[in-house]
Amino acid sequence: MITTVETITPRTRRNVELVLCLFAMAIVLGAWVNVDLALKGVLPAGLATVAIGLLVLVVGFHLVLRWRASFADPLLLPVATLLNGMGLVMIHRLDLAGGRDSLSGNAFRQLQWTGLSLVVAAAVLWLLRDHRLLQRYTYTAMAAGLALLLLPLLPGLGKEVYGSRIWIGLGNYSFQPGEIAKIALTVFFAAYLVQTRDVLSLAGRKFVGLTLPRVRDLGPIIAAWLVSLAVLVFERDLGSSLLFFGLFVAMLYVATERISWIAIGLSLFAAGTYVAYLLFPHVQRRVMLWLDPFSKESIEQSDQLAKGLMGMASGGLFGTGLGQGRPWITSFPDSDFIFPSLGEEIGLFGVFALLVLYGLFVERGLRTALGVRDGFGKLLAIGLSFSVALQVFVVIGGVTRIIPLTGLTTPFMSLGGSALLANWTIVALLLRISDQARRPVPEPDGIPARLPLRDPAPAGGMP
Amino acid sequence: MNLPIIRLSRVVTALFAALLIATTVIQFAQAPSLRARPDNRRTLLDNYSRARGAILLPGDQAIASSKASAGELAYLRSYPQGPLYSHVTGYYSFVYGAAGLEAASDDLLSGSSDALFYKRVSDLLSGKQATGASLQLTLNPKAQAAASKGLGNQRGAVVAINPKTGAILAMVSHPEYDPNALATHDSNDAVAAMNALNADPTRPLVNRAIAGHLYPPGSVFKIVTAAAALSNQTVTEATQIPAPARMDLPQTSVPLPNYDKAPCGPGEQTTLQHALEISCNTAFGWLGLKVGADPLRAQAAKFGFGESLRVPLRVTPSSVPAELNPPQLAQSAIGQYEVRVTPLQVAMVSAAIANRGVLMTPYLVERVVGANLDILDQHTPQQLSQAVSPEVAATLTRMLVSTVDTGTGKPARISGVAVAGKTGTAEQGNGLPPHAWFTAFAPADDPQVAVAVVVEDGGNMGEEAAGGRLAGPIAKAVMEAVITR
Repeated sequence: MITTVETITPRTRRNVELVLCLFAMAIVLGAWVNVDLALKGVLPAGLATVAIGLLVLVVGFHLVLRWRASFADPLLLPVATLLNGMGLVMIHRLDLAGGRDSLSGNAFRQLQWTGLSLVVAAAVLWLLRDHRLLQRYTYTAMAAGLALLLLPLLPGLGKEVYGSRIWIGLGNYSFQPGEIAKIALTVFFAAYLVQTRDVLSLAGRKFVGLTLPRVRDLGPIIAAWLVSLAVLVFERDLGSSLLFFGLFVAMLYVATERISWIAIGLSLFAAGTYVAYLLFPHVQRRVMLWLDPFSKESIEQSDQLAKGLMGMASGGLFGTGLGQGRPWITSFPDSDFIFPSLGEEIGLFGVFALLVLYGLFVERGLRTALGVRDGFGKLLAIGLSFSVALQVFVVIGGVTRIIPLTGLTTPFMSLGGSALLANWTIVALLLRISDQARRPVPEPDGIPARLPLRDPAPAGGMP
Repeated sequence: MNLPIIRLSRVVTALFAALLIATTVIQFAQAPSLRARPDNRRTLLDNYSRARGAILLPGDQAIASSKASAGELAYLRSYPQGPLYSHVTGYYSFVYGAAGLEAASDDLLSGSSDALFYKRVSDLLSGKQATGASLQLTLNPKAQAAASKGLGNQRGAVVAINPKTGAILAMVSHPEYDPNALATHDSNDAVAAMNALNADPTRPLVNRAIAGHLYPPGSVFKIVTAAAALSNQTVTEATQIPAPARMDLPQTSVPLPNYDKAPCGPGEQTTLQHALEISCNTAFGWLGLKVGADPLRAQAAKFGFGESLRVPLRVTPSSVPAELNPPQLAQSAIGQYEVRVTPLQVAMVSAAIANRGVLMTPYLVERVVGANLDILDQHTPQQLSQAVSPEVAATLTRMLVSTVDTGTGKPARISGVAVAGKTGTAEQGNGLPPHAWFTAFAPADDPQVAVAVVVEDGGNMGEEAAGGRLAGPIAKAVMEAVITR
């Protein structure tokens, strides 16, 4: 028998991306029309303007990809576009319910932030030709990340919103610096871990089947733990705390391949939160609301979670239809509770679709991590996509009572510019890394490789 | 690093699976119970966003209807007749929920009943706005008005039934209240009205006709004792039975006296017929002992005692005590001790005798109709029991006609119509004036209406109250309103 080796030409899949982007925009515009028809009985004013504006932005971004990252993952952009768009539609729908017109409403501001975020993300792609360049800024990223993370603690600058101190106020604008800190710290963790992973993964003793690290190697995880505890205690935000520590432990595990780090991390986190629960009334309140949101004591504290649950229940399987539910009954229906708002109006099937989109986004990120050949890229891709997954879990798990409710934003959908900017930057970085992952390796003689690149082979781990 | 990445992606899968499960639990598994929570504002607004079905009299005149209203609550419930039908309709308040038929038939009125599934589907397909179904009641507006007018400012209740079908023709409980005051969308007004009603010692929200207040029946219960005696062939209507001025009871020093402290007949004896005509306590006390507790209780059960009826308003079951020693049995036989009844139950006793012994299940809703008055459901009269044989029913009817013609029931006589009836004056034993009772049916040969009237605490007559004089004229007015000649 003769075996023939077929040559698989690597495909950029940019056309698929374009079609999917147009499809995503069609869904978003259709949903918008649906809202306005349901609430006002007329087509939205400025439909054509906004449609053309969005088209220019998204297709423009797509063209930047064609030019500067032609092998980038084709699903990340359309998925992010659709999630961002559905968030916009719900924010606009709540504007109408609140009597805010299109220019003074939150949706208009969010639309401006969307535009800015896309431009910034395109600029990141344009300027950052290779993600490995970020390794130069390891300690700058650490300093920036820590500073941003702890910025809300500064008196005068930080703002306490409903018990949590994760906002800063600058004039009329408020900002969650933790969102940007997330990216800076991921860059730092990736760069730091790729340098120290050998020490952290090899040294140590066996104990009950686990290879425990040496005490002196525990420094980094203890440091990360202390910072996350500081966030929990001083910023009173379990969500951010869980997010940063979880992110670090996950990246540490991937870098070292040692399960013991996860065991140590989980034990530290559990111990920390338990002590915090014993010491701080605000943590106890959150736990009480989580365990029984409908009890008399809970309703006196906050009926937000209870109302959110009743909103989702009123949506049932198919939802009330966009514009036909009453999401405004819950407080913060366009930020913390945008997911229940959507659950009410697009139903269980609708939110399943949204969760699948998030899952798809994270899956593309993880696939990128598998495919990319350098360790830094792997860790960065893992960190960025896992942070999105964890954040989705923490915020949606909070409103669906899997874990206590915390103050994180729903990626791409919540009202809020800082989060949008950060998430689109994550999209840009993942696209940049995925371009490296899927791009054929140039062979020494300059002939393109004949590697099957749709599912790149595991690259061993070393850069 | 790829193995830990693959493991981590399994963790991510688990996280997303948890989210899918949690949303399914909330939006599917727990959704019905979350939607049904009384503090669910969305459900409340939903209920007010649909036109609720009306509650109609037989001539399609609405006694409860929904009117479009400005504001967040799209429809205002209104009760055009004010207090007159308050205990039938109940109220529909966004502060206090619902009562009466508004609560008992909420699924039909709101349109959520499973029975309306096909109507909802056809509404959906034809693009009509979904509305609830309307209820057309059995009530006779003239009888209702006569009953309410008769009670006037006295506390008490009136129930009238069509003996042949069980259709409830009048249901009045005094004091009444204005359901409009509770249905208002101004929550402050609604709260003020409810607080005033709850603070009122006369308890206007209690439907005395069927619920809450159970009354001692007094002498109207003698019909049941007589029925038991006749059915068990203990006596005939002509049997001479002991009827002294007062009866010494075994096991107690407290005797059972007659109302007028005199013997009921010469030689301290009388016939059953005469004993009923003049409501002779000692004769019926003796008869109770003769019949026995179990047969008496069994006869009461055949008349509907102990039944948990829904008409569809929930009816409190009337009761004869389970354990009775001889003095208690003698007291029970004349409707005292711990025998407790609703006015509806007393009307059912008369109705069963009127209908040749056949007790029909009482009901309020004749038919369920759609928005354009198409009939969605029509009530079929149902037999609840054969309370007595037709022969016993005929005997009892003869005796009760004679009670009205020549005995204590004279105030209920209607010229040209044979009326069968029985008075009752129920002692409360707590120093308060007695409850005045009257139950009757007419015409005796072809009954169109059976009625029970109770006036609490002697009404406007106080200690001088007697069933015949106080309650008799009210029963008469209600029967006259129904009877067509």
